[in-house]
Amino acid sequence: MARMVAADIPNGAYVNLGIGIPELVAGFVPAGREFILHTENGLLGVGPPPAPCQEDPELINAGKKPITAIAGAAYFHHADSFAMIRGGHLDVSVLGAMQVACNGDLANWSTGQADAIPAVGGAMDLVAGVKSVLVMTEHTTRDGRPKLLRACTYPLTGVGVVSRIYTNLAVITITPAGFAVREMAPGLTAGELQRWTDAPLHFAATPTCPRT
Amino acid sequence: MIDKRVTSLPEALSGIRDGASVMIGGFGEAGSPIELIHGLIDLGPRELTVISNNTGSGRVGLAALIAAGRVAKVICSYPRSANSMVFPELYRAGRIELELVPQGTLAERIRAGGAGIPAFFTPSAVGTQLAAGKEVRSFSGRDYILEHALTADFALVRADRADRYGNLTYSRTARNFGPIMCMAARCAIAQVRRIVEPGQIDPESVVTPGIFVQRVVHVAEPVQESHLVKQGAVYP
Repeated sequence: MARMVAADIPNGAYVNLGIGIPELVAGFVPAGREFILHTENGLLGVGPPPAPCQEDPELINAGKKPITAIAGAAYFHHADSFAMIRGGHLDVSVLGAMQVACNGDLANWSTGQADAIPAVGGAMDLVAGVKSVLVMTEHTTRDGRPKLLRACTYPLTGVGVVSRIYTNLAVITITPAGFAVREMAPGLTAGELQRWTDAPLHFAATPTCPRT
Repeated sequence: MIDKRVTSLPEALSGIRDGASVMIGGFGEAGSPIELIHGLIDLGPRELTVISNNTGSGRVGLAALIAAGRVAKVICSYPRSANSMVFPELYRAGRIELELVPQGTLAERIRAGGAGIPAFFTPSAVGTQLAAGKEVRSFSGRDYILEHALTADFALVRADRADRYGNLTYSRTARNFGPIMCMAARCAIAQVRRIVEPGQIDPESVVTPGIFVQRVVHVAEPVQESHLVKQGAVYP
């Protein structure tokens, strides 16, 4: 998944990688391309993880994990950081999801349960401001229920904001007609993929075997 | 002679009374002014409104302030983390109020407060629960919600260097909310690792100009919150 996301990000892009699975994209930048990684707590130019014992508690990412800064990096305060996000300066945001609807609605901050502690962080700002919002997620929940739906049942992070979804089974683009399957995992049939997906899938011109 | 340096934490925190609003810098432990927070616990004001990105970890720093029952309300974007148990417990018991704000909206509300802008329109949170009850207006065909500025009586921040004028520099991603909170508070209090002579901070490198800072206190070696949390430390 991370390799396929990275392959779709153009050279020179300013990219924000969400907490968790999206962070893996940093390890798959194709040869000859350069992305500048943004972390919303105040750094452009996130580098690789620090060597053991080289961690600095004052140099962390949005997931509060130790990071490094590349040569040519820049630090800034939170209002500047979110001006980059909300002002449309970032090219790509890669986020996890609990649910995505076929109109591009995203739910990734709350299950809406009464006893849950609500916490939103920067997700609503990212989806509102970044030019292209890519979602990385397992195709279904752990107990096998679809996450790609006709309509989200959890509280929304943003309305009609997702551009493309990368799952363990397929790459799916959000179009005015709904979910359009761009690539599928080798050996998977269209019928099988549809069974794991709540909303109808469109298969026009779908390659059945992705690049390997 | 202008001299914003004070010699002790109690002096730095003097005047923070019951019911005060207090902005507290930091993103997780990075930039969290832990010595000032512990000093605030010692000082004792109650019914505080705290504006901060998180609600602390373990039972030290901001989490200890909340655990001590001093905080009536938090305005916050992410009030939980791997090691936060104090806030969730009080929140579920209905003993602390939460105003949940998207992180960018929180930052911009603070910046606007410091810049004399009473409110602004933003696309963040449009169409979500967090837009409930807020004015929606369309500009060039896109919907935006009205968000109001935040100011506070006090700001507690951690910086790296300061001079007697209150000019500040920060360390790496510990900068986060420090500069904008200093702008938005009537009295901004900075704990700093080093105090230097005027001129030793290159004017080109000043991050927070001294006009935004009222008090500076020297804390040469701040404790590391994550170490305390790992040790199971409890403050006081």
